[in-house]
Amino acid sequence: MSRATSSLSRSIAAHAILILYTVIALFPVIVIIINSFKERRAIFRTPLALPDSETFSLIGYRTVLDQGNFLLYFQNSLIVTVVSLALVLIFGAMAAFALAEYRFRGNTLMGLYLALGIMIPIRLGTVAILELMVASGLVNTRTALILVYTAQGLPLAVFILAEFMRQVSDDLKNAGRMDGLSEYRIFFRLVLPLVRPAMATVAVFTMIPIWNDLWFPLILAPAEQTKTVTLGAQIFLGQFVTNWNAVLSALSLAIIPVLVLYLIFSRQLIRGITAGAVK
Amino acid sequence: MAASRKPIRWHIAVFLAPAVLVYTTVMILPLFGTLQLSLFRNTPDGQVFAGLENFRTLLGDPRWSANFWNALWNNTWFFIIHMLVQNPIGILLAALLSNPRLRLRGFYRTAIFVPTILSFVIVGFVWKLILSPLWGIAPDMLDLVGLKSLFEPWLGKEEYALTTLALISVWQFVGIPMMLIYAALLSIPDEIIEAAECDGVTGIAQFWKIKLPLILPSIGIISVLTFVGNFNAFDLIYSAQGAMAGPNFSTDILGTFLYRTFFGFQLQIGDPYMGSAIASMMFLIILAGVCLYLFGIQTRLRRYQF
Amino acid sequence: MKRASIMTLLLASPVLGAAGSALAQETTLTIESWRNDDLAIWQEKLIPAFQEKHPDIKIVFSPSAPTEYNAALNAKLDAGSAGDLITCRPFDASLELYNKKQLADLTDLPGMENFSDVAKSAWSTDDGSATFCVPMASVIHGFIYNKDAFEELGLEVPETEEEFFAVLDKIKEDGNYIPMAMGTKDLWEAATMGYQNIGPNYWKGEEGRQALIKGEQKLTDPQWVEPFATLARWKDYLGDGFEAQSYPDSQNLFTLGRAAIFPAGSWEISVFNTQVDFEMGAFAPPVKAAGDKCYISDHTDIGIGLNAKSPNQEAAKTFLSWVASPEFADIYANALPGFFSLSSTPVEMEDPLAQEFVAWREKCESTIRSTYQILSRGTPNLENETWVKSANVINGTQTPEEAAAELQKGLESWYEPQQK
Repeated sequence: MSRATSSLSRSIAAHAILILYTVIALFPVIVIIINSFKERRAIFRTPLALPDSETFSLIGYRTVLDQGNFLLYFQNSLIVTVVSLALVLIFGAMAAFALAEYRFRGNTLMGLYLALGIMIPIRLGTVAILELMVASGLVNTRTALILVYTAQGLPLAVFILAEFMRQVSDDLKNAGRMDGLSEYRIFFRLVLPLVRPAMATVAVFTMIPIWNDLWFPLILAPAEQTKTVTLGAQIFLGQFVTNWNAVLSALSLAIIPVLVLYLIFSRQLIRGITAGAVK
Repeated sequence: MAASRKPIRWHIAVFLAPAVLVYTTVMILPLFGTLQLSLFRNTPDGQVFAGLENFRTLLGDPRWSANFWNALWNNTWFFIIHMLVQNPIGILLAALLSNPRLRLRGFYRTAIFVPTILSFVIVGFVWKLILSPLWGIAPDMLDLVGLKSLFEPWLGKEEYALTTLALISVWQFVGIPMMLIYAALLSIPDEIIEAAECDGVTGIAQFWKIKLPLILPSIGIISVLTFVGNFNAFDLIYSAQGAMAGPNFSTDILGTFLYRTFFGFQLQIGDPYMGSAIASMMFLIILAGVCLYLFGIQTRLRRYQF
Repeated sequence: MKRASIMTLLLASPVLGAAGSALAQETTLTIESWRNDDLAIWQEKLIPAFQEKHPDIKIVFSPSAPTEYNAALNAKLDAGSAGDLITCRPFDASLELYNKKQLADLTDLPGMENFSDVAKSAWSTDDGSATFCVPMASVIHGFIYNKDAFEELGLEVPETEEEFFAVLDKIKEDGNYIPMAMGTKDLWEAATMGYQNIGPNYWKGEEGRQALIKGEQKLTDPQWVEPFATLARWKDYLGDGFEAQSYPDSQNLFTLGRAAIFPAGSWEISVFNTQVDFEMGAFAPPVKAAGDKCYISDHTDIGIGLNAKSPNQEAAKTFLSWVASPEFADIYANALPGFFSLSSTPVEMEDPLAQEFVAWREKCESTIRSTYQILSRGTPNLENETWVKSANVINGTQTPEEAAAELQKGLESWYEPQQK
């Protein structure tokens, strides 16, 4: 078999696998979206049918816009997510650099200490965290959420980033030191750009649980002014009846901002920068 | 290491301080403040120190231990499925996507990642709808390929429910190993790949011989993250099956068991003391796994610096 | 606490106290509730009615999702950030809050005299000496049916169990409708709409319930096993794949007109009224033989209490007294048909289906769910176990006898009167 045909068949096989998996991944998402445009009965009568002139309905979206202040909720979610994310990335990268770069007493222990947080569900600390926020007057502020999410995101960020930073060439850093760069400059100028794909990955992993979290907004900031989207959508989940139109609409809308953030970060997943800098 | 001769290296402290400070105040102190409750008990005279009594109850009293072992076993099965299904698929997809000549890779990468950004409320709803015996999506689709006889009300059967949920979780989270491995594959410099190609090592052989050894540390990370994530899992089971993790506790994992015990459920009053004991057990299990990785595997992994 | 103060310092915030403007003349009361469903009723009917009389007291109804309610409320009460008024679950969940001094004693609240001891029992201490929540409503179990379907098939409303199964057989034979809309996936449906719905006819309501509490009857006695045996027979009349059918699925099956009978709680009335396009009727749980005394589950379900740490005690009490008044009972029962007022003053209800349910109080003896009072205080939790076992029995994975034996074993393991 010639090399060309084998590479062609390989590429067909690759596309086949990827298309198949894309279908599996997107099918349920499409079910959600088409049903968010249908009236309640049609959701259950014919869940797979596209909305037609009879079943098409914007009732869900209209309910979402009428009930509560979803624009504000979106704004809150976005502020909380973006600020926490920025803090997690910068603090996390700094700590990861310290662990990956320097040999000092207690290095591994510090690594373990910073990883403890991913081993215990933070929900467990709810009462203590809430007491802390009550004592510092932060209940019903976005600051409370940002603090919790920053703390919650750090362990994973440090864990992943440290691993990637260990793979950054020593020669490069030592060359930097020869040129008289301070450790801070080495970190910000040399190392950070090199681990951009890892930073982007961590950013994506960190933002998703923050955006989708229901528990801490419910406990720490349930006030109208600080409600997040996920919490706002909960109003449609009743004890005996759920307004699925509204839930599906609200949460379909809630996908968009995270998707945009994801697209922004995934642009950092480009190999050129990495390869170029090493030379 | 370059800077090891300096007396006090303040920069290390500066690099560590912000993370350690926030993390310690908002996370570690509250969490361990709660975990220490596992050594206490509530009596009519108030809270008294009980030593390891709660743990003895949890592991020794059949009213508790049966639930605990059931949840632990279910959790292990949940983890096994993720290791066998999620991570290989994730690596495969990442390997395919990392081919720079592949067209549409941005599209595929985004599409496959979309489930990961969904909230559990939606995931629970849509899979219940799809798998429901009543509204017909799964039965009709099986009917199309003539396999309708294979349909079962999976989420309602003790023997299938947990596996079904594990696969739903795989569907949701396969984007995570995919992205991590993808980022790792991107970090492999072109020179190495070019050199391999000069030697005639291409395609699948190139993946096994060149790339796989280079991404082993990342595979280590995803394994450990899967382990940690699975043993802390809660939301999917909770939103799909409720806190009682039915049918007949067949989908009860440590997270749901902990939730019911710690926060209470319906008429069951929350018991922070036993709840903390369960959480401590979970913590110890996860800690053991992570230490195994940190000290047993991570230090022995050959790392290549680029 | 020392640690808390250190943490406070570490987090010292620029916000100057969250206490709010204490100088404002208006008091704002926040109600914690799990009734997301009632948001509109509070905003449009109840709060305006109250404010007409008390313009100086502002009310904010702040519900959270029912599944999260208990956990979130307890955390907020422990940390001191909960609202002024607390919607009360019946029995131990609220009693626990009272014992922890988180709910205030309301025994002497003006308006409490409008409620009988039975109505107050769900929110009183075991000896009945103190009451800590104002009773709001009870819910009644029974069966709602599709009248159009019954007419189409020429069916009569069943009064005895035999007739009940005959009706189910006929619907099944015809094949156009699923005889009964119920699933076991959510567990509580099997227990609440199944076991607790039909059970009182077997254990003779209060008589059996009290005997169980006193330890004079056991869950393995025939009157407690038979309802399981009847439930096991339901299996053949449920839809395909009922094991994976959730409670909202059951509701949709019925309201879309695909099922003929719905084992119900009266709360469904307000839900179904807006969703069905056929006529509905209701019948009480069938008795074993014609002429038997009938028993219904008339369960005290929802009350409202006062956060003992609320800074607005006086305003809150004013509000609670209003909740105890006939005026509130009238608005609430009519806005939410199916939630029946517990007030001693009879309430005129307009909804025909609600009238049907409440009429059973005349001819049948009322009782509450057997597992709620006292018996679910230990581990394993009897109510939770009853959910699981009821579903098992209907699924056919356990026999009625096995299920009952395990329940009894669990109860005996911690409940002294049963250990004899």
